[in-house]
Amino acid sequence: MTTTYNPSDPYAGSRETTEGRVYTVTGGDWDLTFADPHGEERLVVNMGPQHPSTHGVLRLILDLEGETVTKARVTIGYLHTGIEKNTEYRNWTQGTTFVTRMDYLAPLFNEAGYCMAVEKLLGVEIPQRAATIRVLVMELNRIASHLVALATFGMEMGALTGMTNGFREREMVLDLLEEITGLRMNHAYIRPGGLAQDLPEGAVEHIREFLKVMPKRVADFHRLLTGQPIWQRRLKDVGYLDVTGCLALGVTGPILRAAGLPWDLRKVEPYLGYETYDFEVPTADTADAWGRYLVRMAEVNESLKLIEQALDRLEPGPVMVEDRKIAWPAQLSLGPDGMGNSLDHVRHIMGQSMEALIHHFKLVTEGFRVPAGQVYVPIESPRGELGYHVVSDGSTRPWRVHVRDPSFVNLQATAAMSEGGMIADVIAAVASIDPVMGGVDR
Amino acid sequence: MTGPGDRSGEDAALGVNAPSGGFRKGSFGVTGSGDTSGFGGLVRVEPGGAVALHSTDRPYGGYFDEVTDALIEAVGEATYAAAVSRVLVDRGEITYFVAREHLLVLTQALRDDDALRFELCSSVSGVDYLDSGGPVATPDRPRLHVVYHLTSMTYRRRIRLEVAVTAEDAHVPSVVGIYPTADWHERETWDMFGIVFDGHPALTRILMPDDWDGHPQRKDYPLGGVPVEYHDATIPPPDTRRSYR
Repeated sequence: MTTTYNPSDPYAGSRETTEGRVYTVTGGDWDLTFADPHGEERLVVNMGPQHPSTHGVLRLILDLEGETVTKARVTIGYLHTGIEKNTEYRNWTQGTTFVTRMDYLAPLFNEAGYCMAVEKLLGVEIPQRAATIRVLVMELNRIASHLVALATFGMEMGALTGMTNGFREREMVLDLLEEITGLRMNHAYIRPGGLAQDLPEGAVEHIREFLKVMPKRVADFHRLLTGQPIWQRRLKDVGYLDVTGCLALGVTGPILRAAGLPWDLRKVEPYLGYETYDFEVPTADTADAWGRYLVRMAEVNESLKLIEQALDRLEPGPVMVEDRKIAWPAQLSLGPDGMGNSLDHVRHIMGQSMEALIHHFKLVTEGFRVPAGQVYVPIESPRGELGYHVVSDGSTRPWRVHVRDPSFVNLQATAAMSEGGMIADVIAAVASIDPVMGGVDR
Repeated sequence: MTGPGDRSGEDAALGVNAPSGGFRKGSFGVTGSGDTSGFGGLVRVEPGGAVALHSTDRPYGGYFDEVTDALIEAVGEATYAAAVSRVLVDRGEITYFVAREHLLVLTQALRDDDALRFELCSSVSGVDYLDSGGPVATPDRPRLHVVYHLTSMTYRRRIRLEVAVTAEDAHVPSVVGIYPTADWHERETWDMFGIVFDGHPALTRILMPDDWDGHPQRKDYPLGGVPVEYHDATIPPPDTRRSYR
């Protein structure tokens, strides 16, 4: 075998073998090839996708000069599960169980956004009690989500007690959500037309107990972190992004509010009766990680206010639309071993009414039809504008469900926030974005 | 002679003109409305199925007229007439169907004009209306749609722009120069639908692996299009296992 060099490629000659052409990289003066005009210290660091500080499977490729980041590139897609495609193959009600798994820290927001889009397509109004309970569980969920944001923030900055405290408090919320929906996460509790079921007995009392405990825990959080000099110096002036930058990059949620713009869809485009609740939109004017931390802390307090008001205005009533052609026929009941089928309902369809059985079968297997058209429904998730663009062609399954996930959009700001800063500040910047990769990659 | 895509029989049974009604099969291979129980009471076929082909008449109602008038003033009547083929108001939302040659002129005006001020591009995504607009997508009824959701924070308004292209010539100008946030949105739309955004700074796949074949969210791309292989056993894609079609 002879080696023939391609004169146009002095570094990689090739030769033909029985297995095809083989290239031999013969070396060369790599210092010349990669001559670095900016200095000796250019270093490309691959951070992630498996890295404890990147909030899940996020990959950052950082160009470093010394400790300064000159370029930050973000690679995503490691958690892509094709949820949008999957929803096209299930009926409208089943869609809830898919979308709830996207932004897994804010499952109830995904369900609510999706269901509100389906209801807008159907042209149905949900009962008042269902709307109030939706607000109630969403605000509980917002607290849980912000607590995880703060906990992981603490962990990534080296304040491990912040993490243990945050997760401890979040567990209280998850216990409540488990009591209400049957599951800690991925609830599939909010359904097109209302809710899967009413609040169980005792839930209101337990939420009220939580409301008594939580303000003190928020104060503890402030005592633990807010006044701490290390915490302040790690966060202040880090990950700067002003309003102009936010709008150009489409950034919404706490990041935008920390830059000073009080843009909260619950206020500016109210839904589910948010306009009748009394709450503030916390803002900061620092446009940095510190401001985002303070905004999230303040939003926990606002959510507590909203939960209290929602509890006060709970009136007895249905939690599902009257139309039996839409309302899910199966009823759930809470047994001693957890949530399960309602035996009364099973008895009714199996033993008493043939028509009820047919009705149940048709609605559960085929589902209801949704008139053709398209809608875009935005709601304020803990991370910003969560938009559902849902297209129906008049059949029992969605034609297209596109989710404008706030994490996906906000993550684009990583480069703007971290280039020119120190590598340690990249961690703070990404943590202050609070991306959830399940939502980013869908 | 009827091919597999011919739905004229179904449409006739529904009393809808063949080219304008789009209908999908229900579960279990049922054709037509499949309605044996009265569930079909909700069926309402828009002209053209999901992609309604009619245009809403003025006045549109709400702020839609103000936005439209401001847009006409900003770009000029001739450009507007050439750019916007039709306008649809449905369920309190307005959609402008835009010709791709004029997309950038329109979005630039929508962002910058004082009376419009759509500062935020909420979302860019694609929809594949493969067989929803009739049996076969035709040049005058292209299957791939790019949908832009624009938000005006100043006036608290939302509009939707829609650009339709054929799969053979799936090129749309990129709006990244006007809305930098569209960068990842357009990469995702390229990745999922194979729509090329001309002028995008780095149009590469974003969610799927770099060497992936095909564009998964096109309607002719099956769910689970990859056979999954375990030790000595091959699991066929779900769409060939069950009636997911």
